[in-house]
Amino acid sequence: MIATKLGISKSDSKLTMAFIYVAFISLFIGGLMGLLQTLVRSGSLSLPWGITYYQVLTVHGVILGLVLTTFFIIGFQYALMAKTVGISKKQRLYAWLSFIVMLIGTVMAAVMVLLGKASVLYTFYAPLQAHPIFYFGLALVIIGSWIACFVNFRQLYVWKKTHKDEKSPLLAFMVVINMVLWFIATLGVAAAVIVQFIPWSLGYAETINVLVSRTLFWYFGHPLVYFWLLPAYMAWYAIIPKIIGGKIFSDSLARLSFVLFLLFSIPVGFHHQLTEPGIDPTWKFIQVVLTFMVIIPSLMTAFSMFAMFEITGRRKGFRGLFGWFKHLPWKDVRFFAPMVGMLAFIPAGTGGIINASHQLNNVIHNTMWVTGHFHLTVATTVLLTFFGISYWLIPHLTGRKLTKKINNLGLIQTVIWAVGMTIMSGSMHISGLLGAPRRSAFSEYGGTAQASDWIGYQIAQAVGGTILFIGILLMVYIFLQLTFFAPKGQEEFPIAEEEVNAQPTPLFLENWKLWIGITIGLILFAYTIPFIDIILHAPTGSEPFAWPIGNS
Amino acid sequence: MHLHKFEKVWLIFGTGSLLLFLLVIGVGAFYKGTHPSSHLETIDLKNIESHEAFQPDNLGVTQVKEDQYIVNFVASAFNYDFGVDDNGKPLKKIRIPKGSTVLFQATTKDVIHGYQVAGTNVNMMLEPGYISRYETVMDETGEFTIVCNEYCGLGHHQMFASVEVYE
Amino acid sequence: MENAEKQKSEERVETPNLKGTLLSVLLLGVFIIVSWFGVFALFLSR
Ligand SMILES: [Cu+2]
Ligand SMILES: [Cu+2]
Repeated sequence: MIATKLGISKSDSKLTMAFIYVAFISLFIGGLMGLLQTLVRSGSLSLPWGITYYQVLTVHGVILGLVLTTFFIIGFQYALMAKTVGISKKQRLYAWLSFIVMLIGTVMAAVMVLLGKASVLYTFYAPLQAHPIFYFGLALVIIGSWIACFVNFRQLYVWKKTHKDEKSPLLAFMVVINMVLWFIATLGVAAAVIVQFIPWSLGYAETINVLVSRTLFWYFGHPLVYFWLLPAYMAWYAIIPKIIGGKIFSDSLARLSFVLFLLFSIPVGFHHQLTEPGIDPTWKFIQVVLTFMVIIPSLMTAFSMFAMFEITGRRKGFRGLFGWFKHLPWKDVRFFAPMVGMLAFIPAGTGGIINASHQLNNVIHNTMWVTGHFHLTVATTVLLTFFGISYWLIPHLTGRKLTKKINNLGLIQTVIWAVGMTIMSGSMHISGLLGAPRRSAFSEYGGTAQASDWIGYQIAQAVGGTILFIGILLMVYIFLQLTFFAPKGQEEFPIAEEEVNAQPTPLFLENWKLWIGITIGLILFAYTIPFIDIILHAPTGSEPFAWPIGNS
Repeated sequence: MHLHKFEKVWLIFGTGSLLLFLLVIGVGAFYKGTHPSSHLETIDLKNIESHEAFQPDNLGVTQVKEDQYIVNFVASAFNYDFGVDDNGKPLKKIRIPKGSTVLFQATTKDVIHGYQVAGTNVNMMLEPGYISRYETVMDETGEFTIVCNEYCGLGHHQMFASVEVYE
Repeated sequence: MENAEKQKSEERVETPNLKGTLLSVLLLGVFIIVSWFGVFALFLSR
């Protein structure tokens, strides 16, 4: 039996770097669009050449929310899997196939958006109708990501066969959880796109059931945010301890929290649909309760992180209640960037709890508060952690070193991000509470006093947005340095170990049949009755509307 | 699986807080009836006038009782139709006396729209084929901006009106 | 004897001093509660 060699070979580097190139190109384009939006909305810029605000907004949302995240995550996960369980030649071939299919899909969707044929935002709500090629593109991105799922599943399966009585490596376990989550979740959006949107946009189906399409979308939409978050948690649980010179706090608790994310992040999509007229309020509330369950593993994670820091600090001899905190390696960007991300998750998570609180949703639904919220979650917590990963992963892959100078630029980048985001997201939260709507171009709303208050905050958002764009330029510069110019050398791939005398991880945590079974059970519980209700009591379907988005 | 004593304390405290939140909103929703808008009532999208509330004459503000009002309106890209004012012009500013209970009742003729009366809890989605309702007590005077807060197309930000609550 | 020793040392390692952690998460908890009730108050007042 030939065991696959562990570690990152040249070909593995190429594979992951391909994904990372797409991610950083997306960061630049998407960031530029973000800057334009904040400027337009502050009333200080109007777009030339007939480009619309909503076209720019669609590019921003699709390219950052869907393209950057998905490509970075899948590329990073391939690296983690190659490092911990290995990858075979054939698996690598399929991995490339996943990349190519996703890339083709992305380009198809992007071209339609750029032509102004798909200004439907990244949620593409029916009955607004984009060009069919846009939907085909989305379908290909999803299908490509499924190939990645099955490559990862296969990798762990093959490893398991040769390591019968061992527990799987923590990071490989986490990757597989995330991909199981992704696979189950994307079934919903794939059903909407393939069964509903494509035939309808081609004219084969005259009408579309709007509420069904939204429900399928949000069945996917909430686990989507956990698909973004879990790779950050992977780094927090299993990589950061190594960087700060500590050990994993608890392998079992890390796995347990990932299992809980799998179980509870899917049957909760109604918390995005709380103000919709066609869903039974009791079922909304049931999904609110399930949403609150998915907060628990994040509470566990908060404890694990602090504990990991404190134990490491105390072991190094730092005393007092917070001596360990002061002496964390703040000057190491591989730690600092994700740490700022973690701290951002405190207000981010809190906002999320408020959003999901049933009738409290009325206060903030579709206001700028929501935009502020996910700029903290995905665009700070997740993104800064991804940057934190990039500082060592990219040089590791390109055979270069993270120099002191680049490290310091990274520290500055992180501070710029924190400052820009505090200003931008802070003013978004406040103006949201005052009622300012999200996803809207500049408007004085007939000149009401409220609307003029909002404009003040929109100017603040433009200031924050400009600072953030400077942060993006700096990050792109750092990316180019690490990829092409940094001195040759070897950068460590940090993977933390358990304590020597750590308690053994219980075997049931790796009982995939059990966890997937419960996941499906919970989904069926949360969705079957309301979904049948929605279909049985459906109004007549909606014909396509292409003109409102300028697609006709 | 071993849990540190303090972690147990934290998890009990954390889950306890979550339960408290659920209790508060649960009592509000099921006992006081403050559910978000979810009336499950459908309407013929092609013929919304088949429903009495959305016939042209019934759009806008109707007084039902001393301090009770109904506001009927129809959303379409990119306009809220509240009927016409006394001069026969489209009504864009609703006037409601302070302290009144107001039931907003709406549907859309085309795509999905939002409807928020900024500064109040009135915030609901308007979806083709469904009627959305939300009742509130307006006890603060002033002008409240009505905005469409769900993207409905290129003119989305031009879809607005206002409510004036007077003494 | 040796076993008992080992067990003792294990126990020592297993109950690390996590006072700072406890205080940190409790502060986090208080932040969550205050923010949540803040928005709840806004909901009630509107
Ligand atoms: Cu969600
Ligand atoms: Cu709109």
